[in-house]
Amino acid sequence: MYGLGILRGLGTVLTHFVNTYLDDIRWLGRRYYNPQALAVRQGPKTAGIFTVQYPEEKLVTPEEFRYIPFLLYEVKEDGTKEDRCTSCGICAKVCPPQCIWIERTTDPKTGRPVPAPREFYIDIDICMNCGFCAEYCPFDAIKMDHDFEIASYDRTSAHIFNKERLSTSVDYYASIRPTNYAREEVARAEKEAKKAKK
Amino acid sequence: MTAAPAVEKAEVKPDEEFPGIAAPDTRKGYGGYLVAPEHLVEVVTKLRDEAGYNYLSSATAVDYLEEGKLEMVYHLYRITGGPALVVKAQTPRDKAVLPSLVPLFPGADLQEREAWDLYGIRFTGHPNLKRILLWEGFWGHPMRKDWKEPYFEEETKPFDSRWPGGAVFRSEQHNPFGHNVKYPDGFTLEGWTPEADKALYAGLGTVTDVNAGSLKTDQIVVNLGPQHPSTHGVFRIAATLDGETIVDLEPVMGYLHRNHEQIGERNTFLQNIPFTDRLDYLSSMSNNLGYALAVEKLMNVKPPERAEYIRVIMVEMTRIANHLWAIGFLLNDLGAFFTPALYAIQERELILDVFEATAGSRMMCNYMRFGGVARDLPDGIEARLNELAFERLPRKVDELDAYLTNNEIIRSRCIGVGVLPAEQAIAYSTAGPVLRASGVPYDVRRADPYSIYDRFDWNVAVRYNGDVYDRYLIRLDEIRESIKIVQQALRDLPGGEIQTGKPQYQVRVPAGEAYGRVDNPKGELGFYVISTGKPNPYRYHVRAPSFINLTPFGEMCKGHKVADVVVILGSIDIVLGETDR
Amino acid sequence: MTTLEKPVSDLQVPDDIQPNIFITTLDKIYNWSRRSSCWPMMFGLACCAIEMICTAASRYDLARFGMEVMRPSARQADLMIVSGTVTKKMVPQIVRLYNQMPEPKYVLAMGACASGGGPFKEGYNVVSGVDKYVPVDVYVPGCPPTPQALLHGLITLQRKIDQQSIRNVPWYQPGASEPIPVPILGPDIIDPRQAPLLRDRAARGLSNSLTVADRVKE
Ligand code: SF4
Repeated sequence: MYGLGILRGLGTVLTHFVNTYLDDIRWLGRRYYNPQALAVRQGPKTAGIFTVQYPEEKLVTPEEFRYIPFLLYEVKEDGTKEDRCTSCGICAKVCPPQCIWIERTTDPKTGRPVPAPREFYIDIDICMNCGFCAEYCPFDAIKMDHDFEIASYDRTSAHIFNKERLSTSVDYYASIRPTNYAREEVARAEKEAKKAKK
Repeated sequence: MTAAPAVEKAEVKPDEEFPGIAAPDTRKGYGGYLVAPEHLVEVVTKLRDEAGYNYLSSATAVDYLEEGKLEMVYHLYRITGGPALVVKAQTPRDKAVLPSLVPLFPGADLQEREAWDLYGIRFTGHPNLKRILLWEGFWGHPMRKDWKEPYFEEETKPFDSRWPGGAVFRSEQHNPFGHNVKYPDGFTLEGWTPEADKALYAGLGTVTDVNAGSLKTDQIVVNLGPQHPSTHGVFRIAATLDGETIVDLEPVMGYLHRNHEQIGERNTFLQNIPFTDRLDYLSSMSNNLGYALAVEKLMNVKPPERAEYIRVIMVEMTRIANHLWAIGFLLNDLGAFFTPALYAIQERELILDVFEATAGSRMMCNYMRFGGVARDLPDGIEARLNELAFERLPRKVDELDAYLTNNEIIRSRCIGVGVLPAEQAIAYSTAGPVLRASGVPYDVRRADPYSIYDRFDWNVAVRYNGDVYDRYLIRLDEIRESIKIVQQALRDLPGGEIQTGKPQYQVRVPAGEAYGRVDNPKGELGFYVISTGKPNPYRYHVRAPSFINLTPFGEMCKGHKVADVVVILGSIDIVLGETDR
Repeated sequence: MTTLEKPVSDLQVPDDIQPNIFITTLDKIYNWSRRSSCWPMMFGLACCAIEMICTAASRYDLARFGMEVMRPSARQADLMIVSGTVTKKMVPQIVRLYNQMPEPKYVLAMGACASGGGPFKEGYNVVSGVDKYVPVDVYVPGCPPTPQALLHGLITLQRKIDQQSIRNVPWYQPGASEPIPVPILGPDIIDPRQAPLLRDRAARGLSNSLTVADRVKE
């Protein structure tokens, strides 16, 4: 019969429509603003309305998610901050769009390079969030951030991140990427031990 | 270059058949045959008609600055499968002229125009030789090795200014205009007129009176795009209409020409991987794979077993996501505004979640490395993949099928529209679903197997009518086949390493040329890479399926109504990032 | 905008600012209605456009912000989301579209490319940021910004709208607003506003074809 195909198609739409209400009833008012419900709603079992209520409720960011890079510093016992970066320049060399600028520190007396950056810039208007810098940094000094809420009104002043803007504590890193952090700490400890033996 | 499956006809040797005209290319790491330009047409005709090399996959130019020569490289295949026959022709840089192959292979049309635009090779006998990616009047042919862009810093990356004395600057600070521009010295606007679209409209034929029955009508030229919402991006169509009917139609592109190839030649080999994500940005995983395969061929490395399986899973998931998107937006173009697309996008989002968790980004995966993949599947992803591949996706594809396939409106809008017969599909070098929907069972995964596709049990999807409806159906078929492959790969997924050797940021690539191709969701994606042993590729060319699939677009639209143009375009499924590169 | 955050009751309002109270209330209504029906123009440029479409789809649902009505016609749009790489070949059309939009109009540069050129900045056919040609209100970094990042950008835009006052918004000022001159495709893209500069440099015999490398050396 002509028109049957259309009717069957509309049946599919109707199923979707009814499903939204069924799912609402299933969760009985706990469907929104509830992490468990969010996980189910956004997973492969999702049925009914698929929407996340951003900004009140956010999707869970997976650990590997990458946005803009940031630099790590460790807080020593006496409260001073020590950059992990040794200004070896690998991230600047591997960066595909070449958005990283590093100024190496030199010893004022001898004029020889010191393994610490004096300045570190990332032009986030060029950065393509590829994560190569984090992947190839031998000192785990640069990592990819999860924070994507950085829209701004002005790019001339706000979009070249300098060292101050980029620096973040290791604890923050450990909080956003716990498994990566744990794995790297083990590797670092091993390296230290090897060095100590020699 | 690749392992040849059983071919009925033996390998031909053009140098034996054409002594003195064709000679094997003996440069180190190179293959194929150098043919004297004046005999090119003759040799290729014979190869096509007698040896069965009837599919021109890629035609591209290379600039050998030091030798003062430009070279065209043609990759010919048999549509029945098997390895390539590479034919090359050289011409001096200062007077670059070569015979056009368009009379033999209409599929060379857009590719030769690109070579003219970017390299300045004049093709005698080309019916419509004008700029394609840039505009008429652009100053110079930018892919030539001695042409420098305004923001040129150094021949190759990494740039010295970044480290160790990295005083940050924005490139526009070093330009008197504060823009990414350069002009001939002494250029002013006075006394200068833009050439713009004159050539385009001239090619479409002048406006003439036509007698349609008793009604006298004028033909008009209508522009669709480049910001038209249903051209799938910044794509422009210039069509001559007689009433509602298309008389002549020309695709106009280049509105997203991002100089992918030139940047690719400044980049190191590794740096190109994230750039390939941005070619066909709906299927970044497959782009990664194609490029990785080409370079792996040069480097002669093989990824470990587990990496191979992960690659296949990811690439097939990409195909599913891409086809879902394509179907959704084909329906949009048909006027079923957004509901089918919303259903399709929902499933795609679930696949993207997997990519985000494994690769770190929803769209720009940057996941493949030479000799492996970037990182292993994180915890819980395998379970999720299983759930998707065995449970959710098959159900949802059936739902989509039931929802759309027998809809009478869709059938009457699609059946018999935009027909592309098999012989034409081959001659026009189309690939992927467009070719297979015309009844040619040509799939690179079968015809020239790569990775581990020979281990799985799956069928090459074919449909025979070559119309929009079949191109829609074949995408559903391909989703089903992909689900089958993913299921098998997940079942057999071995443990072990994911990377051969240590990850390196500077890979050593021996000198030579390689052409790696994969069957992307859009069609055959090829990467032609030349290495000179340096850290950067000397030539990096992308054979973009979206670009070449557009060659027969004008033919397919002729005689149809304006509303069908949008549908036909939707059924070809282009992505502008790849079309314009 | 006059601030009247404190309760008004025990405040003696001088006669000369009486009208302002009316305007602030009006501002609130005016801004609320504009921010809640900011219709974007339906046009996408590159990869970021895909994320923009995803933002409009069911998972992120722009409709919650009153922005789901994507208008294919510039004449009906309030917001231009520049979603992707702006190439030289495309920029004349973008400027033309911007000129066609009725005021009040807003521009959101989505992604690294639209903000400042992005990864393709060095390319010969890429414009280093759409703000070289049209004024931009909000920049959303990222390549591509995830749909949630775009939503954040849109909320940032709403905040900007909230701060405007009917009294000094440019579109109620006397005099018509000037359209932006459409760039010309010459030997390279030409901004007509720079014609005098071109003429001047030609007269002084200065070179216009040097690259960044040459100029850094100088
Ligand atoms: S910012 Fe990145 S994702 Fe967006 S258009 Fe540019 S390259 Fe594509």
